[in-house]
Amino acid sequence: MSKSSVAKPKVAFFDFASCEGCQLTVVDSLQTHLDLLDAVEIVNFREAATLNGWDFDIAFVEGSITRPHDEERLKRIREQAKILVALGACADTACVNALKNLQPPDEVRRYVYGEHADWYETYAARPLSAVVKVDAVIPGCPIDQEEFVEVVKALLVGKKPPIPDYPVCVECKLKGNVCMFHIGKVCLGPVTRAGCGAICPTYGDGCEGCRGIIPHPNENAMEEVLDEAGLTLDDIMHRFTMFNAYREVETGKW
Amino acid sequence: MTTLNVNVHYVTRIEGHGNIVVDVKNGEVKECRFEVVEAPRFFEAFVRGRPYHEINHITSRICGICSVGHSTTSTRATEKALGVELSEQAWLLRKLNFHGEILDSHVLHTYYLVAPDFLGVHSVIPLVETHREVVERALRLKKLARDLCAMISGRHTHPCALVVGGFTHTPTERELREMRERLVAARADMDATVDLFASLPWPQFERETEYVSLRKEDEYAFIDGVVVTSDGFTYPIEDYKKVTNEYLVPFSTAKWTKHNRESYMVGALARFNNNYEQLHPQAKEAAARLGMKPLVHNPFLNTAAQVVEMVHSLEDSIRIIDELLSRGVREEKPAPVTVRAGEGVGACEVPRGVLFHHYVYDEKGICLEANCIIPTNQNLANLNADIRALVPQILDRPQEQVRLLLEVLVRAYDPCISCSTHFLKVEFV
Repeated sequence: MSKSSVAKPKVAFFDFASCEGCQLTVVDSLQTHLDLLDAVEIVNFREAATLNGWDFDIAFVEGSITRPHDEERLKRIREQAKILVALGACADTACVNALKNLQPPDEVRRYVYGEHADWYETYAARPLSAVVKVDAVIPGCPIDQEEFVEVVKALLVGKKPPIPDYPVCVECKLKGNVCMFHIGKVCLGPVTRAGCGAICPTYGDGCEGCRGIIPHPNENAMEEVLDEAGLTLDDIMHRFTMFNAYREVETGKW
Repeated sequence: MTTLNVNVHYVTRIEGHGNIVVDVKNGEVKECRFEVVEAPRFFEAFVRGRPYHEINHITSRICGICSVGHSTTSTRATEKALGVELSEQAWLLRKLNFHGEILDSHVLHTYYLVAPDFLGVHSVIPLVETHREVVERALRLKKLARDLCAMISGRHTHPCALVVGGFTHTPTERELREMRERLVAARADMDATVDLFASLPWPQFERETEYVSLRKEDEYAFIDGVVVTSDGFTYPIEDYKKVTNEYLVPFSTAKWTKHNRESYMVGALARFNNNYEQLHPQAKEAAARLGMKPLVHNPFLNTAAQVVEMVHSLEDSIRIIDELLSRGVREEKPAPVTVRAGEGVGACEVPRGVLFHHYVYDEKGICLEANCIIPTNQNLANLNADIRALVPQILDRPQEQVRLLLEVLVRAYDPCISCSTHFLKVEFV
C-alpha cells in the first residue's frame, strides 16, 4: 500500500435517475484494478460506502436529470468539482430515460401513478450537459470496465480521456464478426460510437446504439442500409430512439 | 423519558435513495419509517408503443444489479404472450445465467454492503488493509459470478444475448468445462464465506409475518412456478394481483402491497422459509452452520439466507453444466417468433424476491400495456412494520446505536430502489 505524503485526488460518485449499473461496474473494476484505491481517495460514494464528503476534485455523476430539483444538486456538484465526468449513457445521452420524452408528460405520469399523478414532479429527461458543463464523458449502457480504468488513468495525469470517435463497425470488423446485416439482423454499428469492443454483435445481437451516435455520422447512408434491409420507417425510428431518444427529439427528427 | 430523533438522509450502501425517519418524544413513538426518495423513471409508460423484441433490453435498464432478473422475467412474459417455446438447452442456459446473477448480487450485498457494518467500517475500502483476504475472496467470487453471466449472455449488467426465444449466442463446451473447474475451485471460498457469516453477531429480533415466493414441483424456484405464501395460499402467477394488492400510502413513499396480513416479506428469507426442502444438500448444511431452520422470523437473517442461496447456486450451476455437457452443446438460434396479439405474465425470484412483468401486445407485437411489480416495493410495508416493532424494544439505547441498528435492518432487506417503476417521491422531513 502506498503511504505517500503527496495528496491523492479526492474522488466522489453521485447519481440521479439511473439503474446504478455504471457505479456497480466501477466497483467491479476493483476485481482487476484494486490498485486504483492507491491512486485516489474516495470521499463520497453512497452506493458503496458510508461517506458523504463534499470536498472533492473529481466528480463522477451517473444518471439523467428528470426533475427541476435535481438541477440544484447537480449545480452544487459542479461548483465543487474541478473535473465533472458524466458516467454512463444516462448522464451522457439520457439513455432510455428519454423514451418518456416521446410521450406527453402528463399522460406518462397518469399511466404509472393514476389519480395521484400530481404528486410526482418530473420533466423531460436530459443529459447532464443540458444543465451544467461536463468535462469528460464515459459512454455506454453500461460503461465498459476497461474504458473506465483508462479514463481514470488519463484524468490523473491530466490527459484528455481516450474516447473513440469512430464507429462500432471498426471494432466489429477487427474482431472478425460476420456483419449483422448479412445474417438478417438490424445494427446501428455504422453510426454508433465505438469503445465497447462491439460486444452486442460479438454475442449475436445487433448494436442498439447505447454509446450514442458518433460526431458527423453518415445518417443518410445508414438509413439507406436500413431501408435495404427491409425496415419500415417505424422500425428505423424505433431503432434510433431506443437509446438516443433525447437526441432525436432535440434535433427535430422525432 | 426517552427522546430520539433519527433522520438518516440517504441511507448508504443500498441501491438507490431512501431515508430513515424516527421521532420519539417522551418515550412515545411519533414517527418511524423508511422513505423512498428516488426519482421516478416511468418504464411502464414508455415501453408502450415499442416492439416486443426491444422490451427486455429496455426493462433490463430498470436495475443494474438484477438486470438478468428483469431481462429473464421480461422475456418470460413476452414468450407467454406470443406463445414462444424454449428449447431444453435454452432453459438450462437461462437457469445457469440466473444462478450467476444470484451469486453476483448476493456477493455484492453480503460482502460489500452488509459486512462493513459488522466489522465497524464505512465500506469495503478500509478492509483492503485490515482484512485483505476477505476482500480478495469477495472480489474473486464476484468475478466468477460475472464471468459466468458473461459466458452466456455477453455481460452481467444488461445482458446482450438474452432475447425472446432464448439466446443469440451459445457458450462452447470448452468454456463450460473451464467454468465448471472454476466453480468447483470456488467451493473453498464459499466454505470460508459460510464460516465468516456464521461468526457474525446477528441482531436478535423476531416478528412473525407472511412469506411469499414462487414454488416449483421439481426444483428450488427461480424462474416460473406458482406463487405460494407461508399462510397457505397458492396462486397461478397470472393471478399475481391477488397477492400484491398494491395501494398508495398517503404520507409517503411507494405503492405498497399486502396479502393475508398487513404486510408480507419476499426475498431470500421468504424463499428459504417456503422452499427449504428443495435446497441443495450443501446449502442445507450451510444453513445448519448459520443456525437456520425454517421458519426463521428474524429479518436480519435475510442476509444469512442469501449466503445459503449462494451455496445452492454454486452447486446447482455445477450440476447444470454437467447436464449441458452430457447432452452435448449445440449452437442454437433463438426459437422462432410468430408475431400475434397476446398477453403474458412473467415471474422470477430475482435476488431480492419475486418480480412480476405483465405485458399486452397488439397483432404487430407492439406493447400496449405494461406492469412491473418489484420485490422492494413488496417489502416496504413489511420493513416499516419491522421498524415500528423494533424501535420500542431499543429505545433505551443511545441514539447513535438506534440509528445504526435501523440502517442495518434496512440493509438486511437489500432494498433496490432504482427498480423504481413504482416508487414515489416524498417530502424530506
